[in-house]
Amino acid sequence: MADKNSVHPAQLDYEKQKRKEEMKQQVITFALMIIFTIIAFSMVASGLDKLFVIPIIVVLAAVQVGFQLYYFMHMSHKGHEMPAFMFYGGVFAAFLCIIALGVLVWW
Amino acid sequence: MSEHDVLNPKQMPLNPEKATLEGKNKFIGFWFFLGGETVLFASLFGTYLALNNSTNGGKSSEELFTLELVFIMTMLLLTSSLTSVYAMYHMKNNAFKKMQLWLGITVALGLGFLGLEIYEFYHYIHHYEFTLRSSAFGSAFYTLVGFHGGHVVFGLSWIVALMIRNSKRGLNLYNAPKFYIASLYWHFIDVVWVFIFTVVYLMGVL
Repeated sequence: MADKNSVHPAQLDYEKQKRKEEMKQQVITFALMIIFTIIAFSMVASGLDKLFVIPIIVVLAAVQVGFQLYYFMHMSHKGHEMPAFMFYGGVFAAFLCIIALGVLVWW
Repeated sequence: MSEHDVLNPKQMPLNPEKATLEGKNKFIGFWFFLGGETVLFASLFGTYLALNNSTNGGKSSEELFTLELVFIMTMLLLTSSLTSVYAMYHMKNNAFKKMQLWLGITVALGLGFLGLEIYEFYHYIHHYEFTLRSSAFGSAFYTLVGFHGGHVVFGLSWIVALMIRNSKRGLNLYNAPKFYIASLYWHFIDVVWVFIFTVVYLMGVL
């Protein structure tokens, strides 16, 4: 534990630089998320066919959430195996829940 | 090494939020909690999808929702997500003042979102008489969106409490995990909102 906490100054500079570059990536991610949102809203506002628009906005939402999870919440970093397992476990149960409720009504 | 040195090292480790056992446990436990929250919101989304056409003769989602307001709310929340990323960036660089500043901006944007949501609900209730009790659609709508709003209230109170409690302490290995976890919660609120604006509002006016 002790040697893990004492970091070489050169390493520290390197990490700082790395974080700076990561921050730039996150700003780009943010710009993409804004663009996706604008596309989704303008597609709905333009009055295109429902069956065409719905799959696209759902995919846009899923990609946006992926950005949020992997870049903003750092799931792309090392040491996130357990969080990913926990979260996808939740997503799996969530999927079953929505399918079950959907089928119940549609039946 | 005394506890003081452990929690206030002269040089911060690379990942202050996971440098202590407590931090590691908080990190894992919080993701576990987020998995559970996902299921909770899924049940509310499922209910909403099942009931959103049961308007009981009242106004339908198409007649109620205005996309302009939802768009502004989305932009506010999305931006607040980026500002909390900035806050965590400064936390890792051990720049406490900058972190507090960005957290403050996050809180301000969150409050803006909350204000618009309250205005929206007020508008529905007083101008359209669309309430929790008016129809199954009403119940499902207010439960889902209101629950998210409740998360926003809780997230804001959490961040503000951390900011005030630690304002004179500065950053150390004891409170770094706390800030980190609060920011994860704030991102999760945005994750849920992405599905709310897509499923409830956009699909609602189509």
